[in-house]
Amino acid sequence: MEFVQNFPFMSIILSLFAGPVSTVLNGKWAKRLNLFVITAVGCMSAAVLAFELRTKQEYVYMMGHFPAPWGNEIRVGILEAAMALFFCIIMLLCVISGVLEREREIEEGKQNLYYVMVNLLLCSLLALIYTNDLFTAYVFVEINTISACGLIMIRQTGRTIEAATRYMIMSLLGSGLLLLGICFLYGLTGHLLMSNIKEQVAVLQASGEYHIPLLVAICLMSVGIAIKSALYPFHTWLPDAYGYSTLSSAAILSSLVSKGYIFLLIKIFYRVIGFDIIRDSKVINVLFVFGIAGMIMGSLSAIKENDIRRMIAYSSVAQIGYIYMGFGLGTTFGIIASIYHIVSHAATKSLLFVAASGLTDASGKNKLFAELTGSGYRNKLAGVAFTVGSLSMVGFPMFSGFISKLLFAQAAMENQHKMLITLIALAISTILNAVYFMKTVIRIYTPEKREVIQEKGFDDIAFWEQPVKSAALVCFIVLNVFLGLSSEPVIHLIQIGLSMFA
Amino acid sequence: MNFANLLCNYEEAVAMILFGIGFSNLLMQKNLIKKIIGMNIMDTSIYLFLAVKGYISGRKAPIVVDGIQSVEAYINPIPSGLVLTGIVVSVSVTALMLSLTIRLYNRYHTLDLDEISTQLKKEGR
Repeated sequence: MEFVQNFPFMSIILSLFAGPVSTVLNGKWAKRLNLFVITAVGCMSAAVLAFELRTKQEYVYMMGHFPAPWGNEIRVGILEAAMALFFCIIMLLCVISGVLEREREIEEGKQNLYYVMVNLLLCSLLALIYTNDLFTAYVFVEINTISACGLIMIRQTGRTIEAATRYMIMSLLGSGLLLLGICFLYGLTGHLLMSNIKEQVAVLQASGEYHIPLLVAICLMSVGIAIKSALYPFHTWLPDAYGYSTLSSAAILSSLVSKGYIFLLIKIFYRVIGFDIIRDSKVINVLFVFGIAGMIMGSLSAIKENDIRRMIAYSSVAQIGYIYMGFGLGTTFGIIASIYHIVSHAATKSLLFVAASGLTDASGKNKLFAELTGSGYRNKLAGVAFTVGSLSMVGFPMFSGFISKLLFAQAAMENQHKMLITLIALAISTILNAVYFMKTVIRIYTPEKREVIQEKGFDDIAFWEQPVKSAALVCFIVLNVFLGLSSEPVIHLIQIGLSMFA
Repeated sequence: MNFANLLCNYEEAVAMILFGIGFSNLLMQKNLIKKIIGMNIMDTSIYLFLAVKGYISGRKAPIVVDGIQSVEAYINPIPSGLVLTGIVVSVSVTALMLSLTIRLYNRYHTLDLDEISTQLKKEGR
């Protein structure tokens, strides 16, 4: 066993311990510790990814040295390592880009608590990515929920506390269903490790026994995770939570938290049940319908919105719909498209949140559209970044959003029955996206009269005034263009990762 | 459908009914405290389900007192372990929900979530 193979376990433990340690540090040191932890975990994940790419073989890491049916396991493959690395990069950029907002919006002396939550969130995301045990996955789902709730309510206003309460209620409904589904599955198969459950499920499927309980278990787990990741009818908490929490929280929540749950769902599909059984169970058709509904309704709500942060939040609802639509296609290519969309959406949505905060900074911290007129000239980098993010969301070639839309369309071609609906929904949703994003881009590049600007007291913000945020924005833009221009290796990585998954 | 099965598995049936009660309370009650009670009923019903699934009638808890007996003498200890883990999670989530409720009550002097939403809309952003 090589030393590199310990890294997944070490990265989980490192971030888990960094959480409690941050409670006794002051804000400045907690921040340094947090940045160190995220960077270290990112480097370790990169090393694991390099190791996996060399060996092209996934390995099982025994926790506590008990063999398979009894002990807890971590399972590492290419896709897991790549996801962990990607999540670390996004999280690092989100955390550093919101420093100014955090200092302004979080009470003095409570700064370090923010980093406790971020560390625990990182730990739970890593555990969700790596674990091979369903019950461990449930426990870390709950840790993820609690720390996400902390991230929302760290800024103490009525809106955020209400949003956190609504988020908790929805999440608890989801995790109740998920836990019940896991218990059903445990009752049916007698195992908690994913690979053992899969063997037993195949036996059950072959003998035709317990067909209905198995179906119920699949439904409960899928619906539970769909509720937790804010699929369309369950999204009511989302606009407030993303719209009024502090900048880093909004970016992390939209790009990472819901994606962690979705990654767990992919794992359940491939590793726990087996994708053929999922396809036969028709559960994905339900996900497909709600995904399509989310794509349209999320965009419609975003068009009506008058607040830039809430508009981006509603756009998230639409993008989650895309991901579930990809699941609903029921082909491996659809899943690949969904995973690519997870990556591309995470890169774009956090870019949009950070850029929007740059624009509002140049408009007296005002988030209403009327005040944003001409802000693209007052903060040039944020204007450019917002334009890049918008174009990517709409699906302009060269940016990551285009590739994911292309992949979805290609995946739809493989499914005779759903092809037409998918293509029509993609077209409508793209037009709706274009309506609200282009409306915003045109507004931020409509020149405002000098007198009005002086009267309102808006300042120009050059990019060296907020060096950290500007650097993060540049990184986000580069990431987006990279994903858009050289998507081939990324898709190939997802492809071989997914084939190792099953 | 065989209703005789329902009768011999009545504990599981009761657990599912309780789950339904808890779930709909958490979803539909307006009062935050009632929502939290609903959540606890929901979680507890799952523990009942697990505990029932793990018990085999006529066997003992797997604690060795007088020499090792055969495997047949003991029940499966894993569901009990899962119940314990679940209780820990449930306690922490309940504590978090209660603290959120206190915050909201101090600010808006009501426990009705809809009422709080209307007040928020009135006070704008």
